Amino acid sequence: MSRPSGSGSSGGSLGQTPAQTLGPFFHQGLVPAEDELAGPVLVTAHTPGRRLRLEGHVYDGGGVAIPDALLEIWQADHEGRYAHPLDARRGASDGGFTGFGRAATDVQGAYAFDTILPGPVRDPEGRLQAPHLNLIVGARGMARLAFGRVYFEAEEPDARALLDTDPVLARVPRERQRTLIARLSEPTATGLVYQLDIHLQGAQETVFFEF
Amino acid sequence: MTSERNSALGYRGLDASAHPPYACPLYGSTARRAPQHAPIRVPQGLSERTAPIHEPNGFPPGDTDLTTNAGTGVTALGQRILVGGRVLDEQGRAVPNTLLEVWQCNAAGRYHHAQDVHDAPLDPNFTGSGRLFTDDSGRYQFTTIRPGAYPWRNSANAWRPAHIHFSLFGPAFVTRLITQMYFEGDPLLQLDGIYMSVPEGARERLVARYDHETTRPHFGLSYRFDIVLRGRAETPFEGS
Repeated sequence: MSRPSGSGSSGGSLGQTPAQTLGPFFHQGLVPAEDELAGPVLVTAHTPGRRLRLEGHVYDGGGVAIPDALLEIWQADHEGRYAHPLDARRGASDGGFTGFGRAATDVQGAYAFDTILPGPVRDPEGRLQAPHLNLIVGARGMARLAFGRVYFEAEEPDARALLDTDPVLARVPRERQRTLIARLSEPTATGLVYQLDIHLQGAQETVFFEF
Repeated sequence: MTSERNSALGYRGLDASAHPPYACPLYGSTARRAPQHAPIRVPQGLSERTAPIHEPNGFPPGDTDLTTNAGTGVTALGQRILVGGRVLDEQGRAVPNTLLEVWQCNAAGRYHHAQDVHDAPLDPNFTGSGRLFTDDSGRYQFTTIRPGAYPWRNSANAWRPAHIHFSLFGPAFVTRLITQMYFEGDPLLQLDGIYMSVPEGARERLVARYDHETTRPHFGLSYRFDIVLRGRAETPFEGS
């Protein structure tokens, strides 16, 4: 029955609609060619901020790179402002940068986003967090979406200090933190290149969150 | 900051009794793709309480009719139907002006997708995807073709029940939902590993009901599918 029914958990409550896998054939629905909504390129020539490319592969528990994963990123702009009315600092935001991108893995299981390094965003207690992308991963064989973050390896002392004190990273066991931190690889002519593989299972399983 | 906190304490948690676990024995491909570690709990800050905002005027107006939006000038083959309902939160509040993305196979059970090799005909006049928005009271409706059932490799003789995929963000990163809508009375539901992976008592929420009231005479049968996203937390602790 489609009419929502009470879940009985707390007062006056309708039951949450269950999640289902997005399956292998989501491309026409979510990442059609030349999409006006969201693609893997979040920037234009005029977007302020430090350009970066984030790239990697998505692996299953057998170490096989999977060609049918969907990744979404949601991020703040270069000054740490979300393009959303809840962000009180948004007024000064530059037009055009939505902060939302989507990429499907290719036949090799690879993905890439072209975006900018977000500025730091404060947590609910007002503490500064290290620059991060909010990440969503979905695929055939994932009964529901997984939610994560992508942080950025840093060499400058100030940026390293933000990683060291980040309140969300602090909740992650130290030996698993590296699954969330993209590594800086050789810079290209167009900007920084960061590398992060997503492992759905296994010794290097990526840390996922719930909220 | 204070007023912002008062206006948005965050969202209720994911109800474990409503959603399939990552690892579902009935759904074979979860074996190598389900994360094994429990997710780590994180408080809801701006990163979690915001979401991309999509404006209806950025989309083609005809995208709510999947029988014609392939743009070929010819109507897709199959039984034309209407699908509609409301998007609400757990407290019954409408989720207005939110983007819905839908996709499905054609009447013969074949997706417009290079990797779909099921031996069923493609319809050149049907791409099976559309984008639409809820109105001010959270209502949506689109026109499409009733999708066919198709075989898959979950077991020796496995068939997906007819379904339509739905994707929506709702108001926040944490309310993001991708799901599937099924049809009332489908005998394949009880045999489907994906549907049956949803806990009993919740899976019926995925089944659309025939709705005679909104069925359009001499046009098409109508199905009702309401979607409920995570509601607002009533206390700061609920959302942290």
